[in-house]
Amino acid sequence: MSIDTETARKVAHLARIEVEPEALPPLADALSHILAFMEQLNEVDIEGVEPMSSVTPMALKQRKDEVTDGNYQEKILANAPDSREGFFAVPKVVE
Amino acid sequence: MTDLSKLTIASARDGMRAGEFTAVELTDQYLAAIAQAGALNAYSTNTPEIARAQATAADARISAGDAPDMCGIPLGIKDLFCTKGVQTQAASHILDGFKPEYESTITGQLFDAGAVMLGKLNMDEFAMGSSNETSFYGPVVSPWRRGNDTTELTPGGSSGGSAAAVSADLCLGATGTDTGGSIRQPAAFTGIVGVKPTYGRCSRWGVVAFASSLDQAGPMVKTVRDSAIMLEAMAGHDPKDSTSADITVPNFEAALTGDIRGKKIGIPKEYRIDGMPEEIEALWHEGAEKLKAAGAEIVDITLPHTKYALPAYYVIAPAEASSNLSRYDGVKYGHRANIKAGEGITEMYERTRAEGFGDEVQRRVMIGAYVLSAGFYDAYYIRAQKVRTLIKQDFEKVFADGIDQILTPATPSAAFGLGEMADADPIKMYLNDVFTVTVNLAGLPGVSVPAGLDSGGLPLGLQLIGQPWGEADMLNTAYALEQASGFDAKPARWW
Repeated sequence: MSIDTETARKVAHLARIEVEPEALPPLADALSHILAFMEQLNEVDIEGVEPMSSVTPMALKQRKDEVTDGNYQEKILANAPDSREGFFAVPKVVE
Repeated sequence: MTDLSKLTIASARDGMRAGEFTAVELTDQYLAAIAQAGALNAYSTNTPEIARAQATAADARISAGDAPDMCGIPLGIKDLFCTKGVQTQAASHILDGFKPEYESTITGQLFDAGAVMLGKLNMDEFAMGSSNETSFYGPVVSPWRRGNDTTELTPGGSSGGSAAAVSADLCLGATGTDTGGSIRQPAAFTGIVGVKPTYGRCSRWGVVAFASSLDQAGPMVKTVRDSAIMLEAMAGHDPKDSTSADITVPNFEAALTGDIRGKKIGIPKEYRIDGMPEEIEALWHEGAEKLKAAGAEIVDITLPHTKYALPAYYVIAPAEASSNLSRYDGVKYGHRANIKAGEGITEMYERTRAEGFGDEVQRRVMIGAYVLSAGFYDAYYIRAQKVRTLIKQDFEKVFADGIDQILTPATPSAAFGLGEMADADPIKMYLNDVFTVTVNLAGLPGVSVPAGLDSGGLPLGLQLIGQPWGEADMLNTAYALEQASGFDAKPARWW
């Protein structure tokens, strides 16, 4: 599977990474090259094989449904680049 | 003054308990050594005040006679571990100035046991790399050189700062993390011991996530005994990590008898790869002979899907990374890009991530986004997860046949020069993980043991792969291999 410039632009947007137009062709090449490496997986017979979804077969532990954490708004906001009146602040999203 | 080059965690523990030196004296000596080792770029943050306070507290516990094994032991902590109030950036620009309000479970356990934090250790950005060259802090320089050649070499990656610091006596032990080989490869490159435990043995809570189903933290130290001591302090069930296993942590040090008579050691034929240097092949053969001489039985085995481990890994790891790294958006912490008039939140997200992530991280996040995107999810991600099942089954079969551990080379070469791979395509760098990545995919424990030097005088390591939760037995075989190898080379000090 080869990635063209338009697909590279879409992937960059999916990943929310700004890529300048002139950087798209080399990005497309790099991504195509890595995907070509992955094509080897097509040689494997995976008929009837279950995808591995957990490393160790174990049931997830359950605990009481109760509040164990919270009430530290200041700590949560302490590292924010911009916070105001107890909220994270972001550029305007609604006109 | 204690000779730091000869000191181990075990001997420091015994020396402090016997009153030969104090934790404060030891800590001061390490802080002085770190201050003179700027050329290595191993530490990204120094924490001398914390270290001295922890050492003072450790001395009080040692005097009172209730000190755990790690009490007063000076450690370096990989920058991937969240440490309360101390800069934690995963060596990325996007986490500029991040100071967690909480402590990772593992560092919390180590500090509760009395360990001393000397500082944070440099690494590849978000643990993505095999040479430490993707770090926003700049690469770590290995303390090792090829004889009199002054070419700067890589300590390996991603736990490159950890490996360099232990090897250069800038700490007695370091935490590392291993997603595809990031503990074992740098350990092999620098002549130290590195353990990747069974997935679920150590809590991942508070460790900056790369690929959640593969990430596992472990100790990087000078000897197998030290790895047993430190692993025990790091391990254990944590209700805050739902994948951490509620399984009793054995006394790993007590398992080190050196008696491996009757153990079956598998030699997988698929690990004999094209272009592997003869020195590595010879080292591997000698390692097997040494285990045989110690009473083990050497058995040829087959792990038929080995070849597909790297491509499967480079689907699964970037997929999980693209999801995990979506949290870096310039809102909650770290770097935020400036936007121009008329631009909005999408431009803010996209520019923040373009400015904040390095090239390799961007590449993997985009590959991950692609393989998870509609229409490709089954073709790439599900297929890779199925191949992963087959790789795990390969191991299950040989263990069911009675194999106790598997012996392989740790890396396909000795350390290479910084910048040497700059023009190589990314896949060439990925090949560094060819012997280690299967272990992460199968969730198994693995240990890299220094086993010899190459013709240029650089360390080479062998890897032992254990059964799930079989760290104690695996470390005992590693101990026997260590004893038989008698590796005691140290880098000549130039920094």
